[in-house]
Amino acid sequence: MALAAVATAILMTAGLVACGGSSDGSGPRELTFFVAIQPGGTIEKVSERCSKESGGKYTVTPEFLPTDATQQREQLVRRLGAEDPSIDIVGMDVIWTGEFANAGWVEEWKGKLKNQATEKVFPNVIETASFEHNLYAAPFNTNTQLLWYRKDLVKKPPVTWDEMIEQAEKLKEAGTIQVQANRYEGFMVWANALIESAGTPILSGPETVDLEQGPTEKALAVMGRLANSSAAPPGLSTSDEDSARLGFEAGESAFMTNYTFAYASAQAEAPEIGKEMGYARFPRVDASVPSKPPLGGFNLAVSAYSENKDVDFEAAACLAGKQSQLTAVELDGLPPSRSDLYTNKVVTKAYPGFAGLVKESIEGSGPRPTTPAYQDVSSALQRTLHPPEKIDPEDTESIYDELKSNLEAAVKREGLL
Amino acid sequence: MEASAQKAPAVNSQRTQSERKLAWMLCAPAVIAMLAVTAYPVGYAIVLSLQKLDLRFPEQTEFIGLANYGTVLSSELWWMDVFNTLLIMLISVSIELVLGMAIALVMHRAIFGRGVVRTSVLIPYGIITVVAAFAWQFAFAPDTGFVNHLPLIAEDMDWFGGRFSSFAVIILAEIWKTTPFMALLLLAGLVTIDGGLYEAAKVDGASAWQRFTRITLPLMKPAILVALLFRTLDGFRVFNTIFVMTRGAQDTESVSILGYNQLISRLNLGLGSAVSVLIFICVFLIAFLFVKGFGTRLDEGRPGG
Repeated sequence: MALAAVATAILMTAGLVACGGSSDGSGPRELTFFVAIQPGGTIEKVSERCSKESGGKYTVTPEFLPTDATQQREQLVRRLGAEDPSIDIVGMDVIWTGEFANAGWVEEWKGKLKNQATEKVFPNVIETASFEHNLYAAPFNTNTQLLWYRKDLVKKPPVTWDEMIEQAEKLKEAGTIQVQANRYEGFMVWANALIESAGTPILSGPETVDLEQGPTEKALAVMGRLANSSAAPPGLSTSDEDSARLGFEAGESAFMTNYTFAYASAQAEAPEIGKEMGYARFPRVDASVPSKPPLGGFNLAVSAYSENKDVDFEAAACLAGKQSQLTAVELDGLPPSRSDLYTNKVVTKAYPGFAGLVKESIEGSGPRPTTPAYQDVSSALQRTLHPPEKIDPEDTESIYDELKSNLEAAVKREGLL
Repeated sequence: MEASAQKAPAVNSQRTQSERKLAWMLCAPAVIAMLAVTAYPVGYAIVLSLQKLDLRFPEQTEFIGLANYGTVLSSELWWMDVFNTLLIMLISVSIELVLGMAIALVMHRAIFGRGVVRTSVLIPYGIITVVAAFAWQFAFAPDTGFVNHLPLIAEDMDWFGGRFSSFAVIILAEIWKTTPFMALLLLAGLVTIDGGLYEAAKVDGASAWQRFTRITLPLMKPAILVALLFRTLDGFRVFNTIFVMTRGAQDTESVSILGYNQLISRLNLGLGSAVSVLIFICVFLIAFLFVKGFGTRLDEGRPGG
């Protein structure tokens, strides 16, 4: 039995390899779609649908990348750097666009398909798929973080981080705040959202550090204050999206900033907590300035080393299209990148009562910087500010100077990181 | 062969020479394979390390001499990582030596179930390092682990949230994983000691401790040296456990992780290769110090060695 299964698997793989390179026009073209796995099954479903709709023109086979964003990128850049022709369509995290486009690993979108791919898409999401004003990918799903809180513990959701920390401290043990502060990309997401919310971008161009001192120090003070407060959960400096969700579902926290998946997860895993789950916009840093919540998501690009470029764009446009976006929100709770879908009943069902809030959060979001040296910028920031406990909220000047000089070296890709 | 050539110079010189030639020919495939899989990559890394080379910016490639080495050696990060690596290496290898010796003695003396004892001791070494690292990480995680439920340990202890607690877990995992290897190498040395020596010492009234320090240790010196050398070199290249547990956060980064970050994450082949070449030099130095510093030939005591 087992032997037969192995033999079949080997034969199937051999078949795939044989078909992978075929471009002689006989039979449907085999396209390989490298993308992060979605546990709800979105990717399999949209690949199947688009293959069927192509009417025998192509079939899409998904190839799954690890769940961790850092490892996804490492696998992709290793293959693309080696000009691997086995990748046709790339599921590209919003932060990779500058790097991939600048290195010439992904193709530019033009003409009719470009218009189709960007139709009704949030303008700042189109930005995440663009580099130097050219489009390099079709926006698929986007993502944003909301403030989740316990309605039974908190009467009125806080507007600012300072208010939230005060409320949490008053709640004592039940009142911790869950964020993502392990040393990984999630830490960059958190820091960027705080710095953007305080009123300054990290970069103002691919090689120019902005980081205005006053607002940045305010944002750093928030990180230091939370990390050194009784409102910080145990293990703050090793927390990620999943540990935050688990902590909240275990009833240990009154607040959490996290992506939209957290709602469905709590309803399924901890209904008692789930029914008390309230939502609000990502808190402000400066009471008078609206917050700029994080922006995530995947855009679909065509590999420059694909041997099927003539059909790749069409396939990617289908995989990222309206129908696929609805599948993603239905099966995996991922917010669509098209702004016109937020009144669709599939979306309002996935986000009961807060579809409008998700839309508002995406429209007001502060994306992470776009630069070919993104990896260096993110590593430099993580190295400088992690663990957040080391930031003294009363004296943020020295760490600000360190951050600024490290980022200035990073955009030029200098030094060890 | 050297020795036999000296003993009978003139008479057999023709035969010796042809023997030598045959020996070289027999070795050639292995030498060529070694050159292809080790010398070539090492040489290529040296070439890369002299260039400014970033796969993300291929058009900016240029020859910059030793500048990459300057960048690495003048970076605080490199020296901190060297310190971390040496710390992990020294602590884990010394504890492993003591534990390994104890286990080797037990395995040697085991009267019944010898096979079972030897096999079960080797289990940790048979487990893939990454899997072992994950197992220990889960064990020490505040939410899923059992360690925080043990007596005397705080329930909310965040092991990977501090530098020294992270080191403790990393070193523990390393010791757990490679002590069996140490024990096995030491056992191999132990079995070569002639039992008659112990009998004679006993007759002369030597205590167990005296027998251990006067007979076992001196005769095992080559085996101990080989075991220490292997483990020290391994220890200097520590990667998997740290990669899985902290990915270098909390200042627990080793030099191998540093090289990985430059090469794989940043695709900065120039800087990354410079780090790799420096690691190679360090490993070479460690091996050299061992051989010279301990004043013992590694093959001493081997028949014909």
